[in-house]
Amino acid sequence: MLSAPVFLLCLSTVAAAAPDTQRQAELLYLLNQDCGACHGLTRKGGLGPALLPENLRNRSVTLLVNTILDGRDGTPMPPWRGELSEQDAQWLVEVLRNGEGL
Amino acid sequence: MNTLQSPVRGQGRSYRIRARFCRSSPGRELVFAMLLTFLAVTANAACLTRGTGDLGVIIERASGSVQIVDTTARSSLFRVEGLGDLSHATVVFSRDERYAYIFGRDGGLSKIDLLCGTLVKRVMQAGNSIGGAISQDGTLVAVSNYTPGGVKVFDAATLEQVANLPAVDDKGKSSKVVGLVDAPGQKFVYTLYDAGEIRIADMSDPAKPVVQRFRHIGRLPYDALITPDGRYYIAGLFGEDGMALVDLWDTGKGVRRILDGYGRGEEKLPVYKMPHLEGWAMAGRYAFLPAVGHHEVLVVDSAGWREIEHIAVHGQPIFVEARPDGRYIWVNFAHPLNDTVQVIDTRSLKVIKTLKPGKGVLHMEFTPRGEAVWISVRDRDLVQVYDTRSMKLIAELPAEKPSGIFFTDRAHRTGL
Repeated sequence: MLSAPVFLLCLSTVAAAAPDTQRQAELLYLLNQDCGACHGLTRKGGLGPALLPENLRNRSVTLLVNTILDGRDGTPMPPWRGELSEQDAQWLVEVLRNGEGL
Repeated sequence: MNTLQSPVRGQGRSYRIRARFCRSSPGRELVFAMLLTFLAVTANAACLTRGTGDLGVIIERASGSVQIVDTTARSSLFRVEGLGDLSHATVVFSRDERYAYIFGRDGGLSKIDLLCGTLVKRVMQAGNSIGGAISQDGTLVAVSNYTPGGVKVFDAATLEQVANLPAVDDKGKSSKVVGLVDAPGQKFVYTLYDAGEIRIADMSDPAKPVVQRFRHIGRLPYDALITPDGRYYIAGLFGEDGMALVDLWDTGKGVRRILDGYGRGEEKLPVYKMPHLEGWAMAGRYAFLPAVGHHEVLVVDSAGWREIEHIAVHGQPIFVEARPDGRYIWVNFAHPLNDTVQVIDTRSLKVIKTLKPGKGVLHMEFTPRGEAVWISVRDRDLVQVYDTRSMKLIAELPAEKPSGIFFTDRAHRTGL
């Protein structure tokens, strides 16, 4: 799914560059439609927990980014690494923590 | 009704009508009565006079609306809006097939009139809900909830609440409820996701529900189904390779594990969307079920509940549905492989056709006798209709982010 340059960027430790506008639109669509399958289109939760700013306030960014990339054992949360880069995940965590796009 | 009210809304006009009426001869009275009748008919002109056996409902998940469709003309009749958050939604029908009950993600329960295209009543009954069912006699509608967990039961005519069935486990913790179905004997059967428990509620006396519990069914049951005869209730487990079965004809035997270890120790693949165990894909004795974490459809012999085959498919199966005659099984898949539908021949147990309707295939629904299947293609804002014999596309209907498709023949099928 990842293009070669993006993949190389993931492997390197180069400072995170925010996803470009087109990628941001793709990520928002994924967040609403596919993450939304379990967490709700309005992020109020479903089989998965709610992802509203108040639910995430006390969670560290690292934990949230790792949860997106590697999933969470013992729960249905799958690992999205391979489809999402670290930068993608970081951008999504910011969107969630700020309640953007709702 | 608006047309009828408008002439009398202004005092002057109202007076004029009365004045003319006072002076009227019997002939004039008749004309006036006819006029009133005409206005009343015009007011109801939006309602159709026809049967509803070939109608259905399409959920438009992002806009909180549904379309009422005609499966014979393959056309849309009405759009009903204002149904709240339908990002997950399911539908059951009254047994006269006139009304649809829509269970939305936000806990909204809406009753819509299929002939008038109107919202009859809507109640917010919980904070977050997942599914619903209608009782054997059609008088009760039940909703299964995530927040707070549990099942609420409503009068199907009025949507007044008649019972609350909390889903509290032995430790006092409330559980999300999944896999709610109706069963013969005026029962609802459902599964507690967090607690790993199946419950049967006998609603013969709605004021005094009798609840039977089956504990320790396995880890993280994500959905369940009931066989069309209403005998076997089967919950799928996310936390382990296997399923939990209760024989409703012999509940004394308790819960039984079937398909134990169907993954054969193979590493589980990530599951980007939970499979749905809606309905029952059956061909003769064989039942077809989605594996979880394996890109396979499991074939089970219902005589002994043993796996007889596992068919490799395109991705994580979501819906595994039999054409009503049982000759073919149609399967759709989880993200990111959700642009594909595959068809399995139930005689050879092989995939015989791969279709690519487009990204975001979310649901498939067969017409009552199975000559066509309607497929929602979310990302293309389309519902496609395929001829199930030629497997060719025969019609397309525009729809906003369509998800579930539900046809009225479900009204007469146990568990749907």
